[in-house]
Amino acid sequence: MPSNLHRLVAVLALTLVVSAAAARAEDAAPPAPSGMVVIPAGNYAPLIRTKDEPERVPVPAYALDERPVTNAEFLAFVHANPKWQRSRVSPLFADPGYLADWTGDTELGPRVPATSPVVRVSWFAARAYAAWAGKRLPRTAEWEHAAAAGFTTANGATEPGFPAHALTWFARPTPDTLPAAGLGRPNFYGARDLLSLVWEWVDDFNTAMVSGESRGDTGLERTLFCGAGAAGARDLTNYPAFMRAGLRSSLRASYVVPNLGFRCAQSITP
Amino acid sequence: MKTHLFPAQLTAALVLLLAGSGASAPATRAAEGPGSARPGGAPIAPELPLEVAVLTRAPNVPPPIGRKHAAKVVVNLEVKEVTQRLADGVDYTFWTFGGEVPGLFIRVREGDVVEFHLNNHPSSKMPHNIDLHAVTGPGGGAASSFTAPGHSSQFTFTALNSGLFVYHCATAPVPMHISNGMYGLILVEPKEGLPPADREYYVMQGDIYTQGATNESGLQAFDNVKATDERPTYVVFNGSVGSLVGDKALQANVGEVVRLYFGVGGPNLTSSFHVIGEIFDRVWMEGGMKQVQENVQTTMVPAGGSSILEFKVDVPGTFILVDHALSRAFNKGALGMLKVTGPENRRLYSGKEIDEVYLGQQSAAGSAASTREAQLVAQKAEAMAKNPEIANLTKDIQLERGKKVFLSACFACHLQEGQGLPGVFPPLAGSDYLKADKERAVRTVLKGLSGPITVNGKPYNNVMPPQEFSDDQVADVLTYVMNSWGNAYGSVSSDEVKRLRRAGQ
Ligand code: HEC
Ligand SMILES: [Cu+2]
Repeated sequence: MPSNLHRLVAVLALTLVVSAAAARAEDAAPPAPSGMVVIPAGNYAPLIRTKDEPERVPVPAYALDERPVTNAEFLAFVHANPKWQRSRVSPLFADPGYLADWTGDTELGPRVPATSPVVRVSWFAARAYAAWAGKRLPRTAEWEHAAAAGFTTANGATEPGFPAHALTWFARPTPDTLPAAGLGRPNFYGARDLLSLVWEWVDDFNTAMVSGESRGDTGLERTLFCGAGAAGARDLTNYPAFMRAGLRSSLRASYVVPNLGFRCAQSITP
Repeated sequence: MKTHLFPAQLTAALVLLLAGSGASAPATRAAEGPGSARPGGAPIAPELPLEVAVLTRAPNVPPPIGRKHAAKVVVNLEVKEVTQRLADGVDYTFWTFGGEVPGLFIRVREGDVVEFHLNNHPSSKMPHNIDLHAVTGPGGGAASSFTAPGHSSQFTFTALNSGLFVYHCATAPVPMHISNGMYGLILVEPKEGLPPADREYYVMQGDIYTQGATNESGLQAFDNVKATDERPTYVVFNGSVGSLVGDKALQANVGEVVRLYFGVGGPNLTSSFHVIGEIFDRVWMEGGMKQVQENVQTTMVPAGGSSILEFKVDVPGTFILVDHALSRAFNKGALGMLKVTGPENRRLYSGKEIDEVYLGQQSAAGSAASTREAQLVAQKAEAMAKNPEIANLTKDIQLERGKKVFLSACFACHLQEGQGLPGVFPPLAGSDYLKADKERAVRTVLKGLSGPITVNGKPYNNVMPPQEFSDDQVADVLTYVMNSWGNAYGSVSSDEVKRLRRAGQ
């Protein structure tokens, strides 16, 4: 479908231009690749840790997509990599339901706007996309460090109104048609939609919660559920962080979820 | 390949659907990717007869079990996040077991083997799980039922202990999951069953923490600061303000035995549960089956706890269910109603007959008649002690509701304090015109009013459009207007409005 492809490229080019223009230049850090913003070096305070683990994990500066990957972008990916098309994907790498809202292997259909974030993709698929794009998925520490920023400061937790804002997304059920990616108000680092559009895969989703020792299947529950969930936790008021941790630990790599998408990251070599 | 995939998806959808409607055979499951959990091992208790549990939405309770033997009971519970009314003009996104707050009522028998299917709807934002206090095992099932959106989990347990148990979601942050509505009750009937009752109802209390103040309209988000401080903006029965009032009130007939399965989801508050004008004949305290306390006025039910309350209704009338920590009832919604219909029993409950006796009280002491009178006087005192409470409550409710109508419909013209606007909109505060004729006021609201009138000596000649309201609302708003800003002009009942509406047609 050359005409479709043509349109797609146009959309892509457009979004890239728009996002590049909106990206914020940071003084110290090297310029971000186009469509990405620089998240300066900082710390991540793991939500749950054992007493042997450090309270804060250093996070080097890295580049993060300004917004989640869109359907149009993912469509380009499956065009280039047919084995990731819906009818061809290995069931090992994606559960039934993979891209199920698309009308065809390479057709988005009316319910799936090109500019909306792609969802119903497995972790395998997200990783494959990132590799194809010359990027990778962000790690939990990186993602959380980026999302800890408010709109006007690097620490959203102390920014008036921001913690409440971070909860409002949960007050709304997922709409049938997701809005376009990249329209959310940029946070302090210029990243958009981190807390207000879809959940996002992280590279180490499956290890983030389980600390060094192996506690088997129920280890997760011991740290996450009920009062026990609070026992090792650092900031008990950060409900959204708990919910992200909860979601991540409910996932398996082949899962696809109607409101789970992803964005890519890149290391910055100074 | 397409043809391979689509049927698989269809099957998955179908199974979910069936599971949701409580009709699926437990053995059918969608083919799942190797990454998904698939319950393994040999089937549990295959020798038992299979049953699919009947689940009911509050305030209804599934019928008594009746069985004399154990069974394998399949429970299909769907977790769904739904935006629903919390109070008039206030919406909230509830996280629910079965689309309802509280979650669907589950009823099994002691010794039953329960095969539990927890299905998390694909539209859910959150992963959820279930911790049933009836389960003996780590996490009460939470460990085995942690389920991502669009997935389902299965686990099996034996209901070892009889009793009324709370179930709830135990996913972090638990206070939010519970406050958002993720709690319900499971009754494990003792082997010998429970004594029969004429009416069984399901009521659960929960505390809710909205970012906006109580009654601030619009879609409200959860406030974790208020939750942490245990400062709820709402305390409600069955998931919303007014879920058990008016035509949604619980019903019973005089002479019937009413049994309430009452639970508190919390997350934080303990309930001082009380039914105004009734005494609980029997209370299975803390939901246990062994201890029955008698003649209880108020029963304390902790967060994550329950109680079975039973009483025979002897007299007709409206009985008010409250958390007797009364600010919660007056201001935050913890109020319901039980409407009992049937013949009066004057001997049991006040009324004119007692007035006669009261007069007779002046007769000489010591006679048989005066002993009886003394008893009746005591009864009257008791009745009086409760009566004004009922009266005040009902009036207060009416005033509260009336105020809402006023603020939404009348205040634009008559202004907040009912002071009106000189020469344009007549005052309602201190209005002699209003005071003079209550029926005319009803007609004014129903039909509107135009042409010259005189209010407090000042002439008005303007148009008030008719107001589109139910009989109840008209009665409420006029009662509010007639009892605000210093007015004490009596009250209007919805029956009066109904009559005048008919007469006007
Ligand atoms: C659009 C403006 C408007 C609204 C809204 C309105 N009114 Fe009126 N109301 C009037 C006007 C104007 C009059 C006087 C009519 C006339 O002069 O003939 C009036 C008269 C009255 C009167 C009799 C005069 C008096 O002061 O006692 C009552 C009672 C009354 N309104 C009650 C209500 C109630 C209750 C509501 C809400 C359910 C309401 N009104 C809503 C404009 C309004
Ligand atoms: Cu939950």
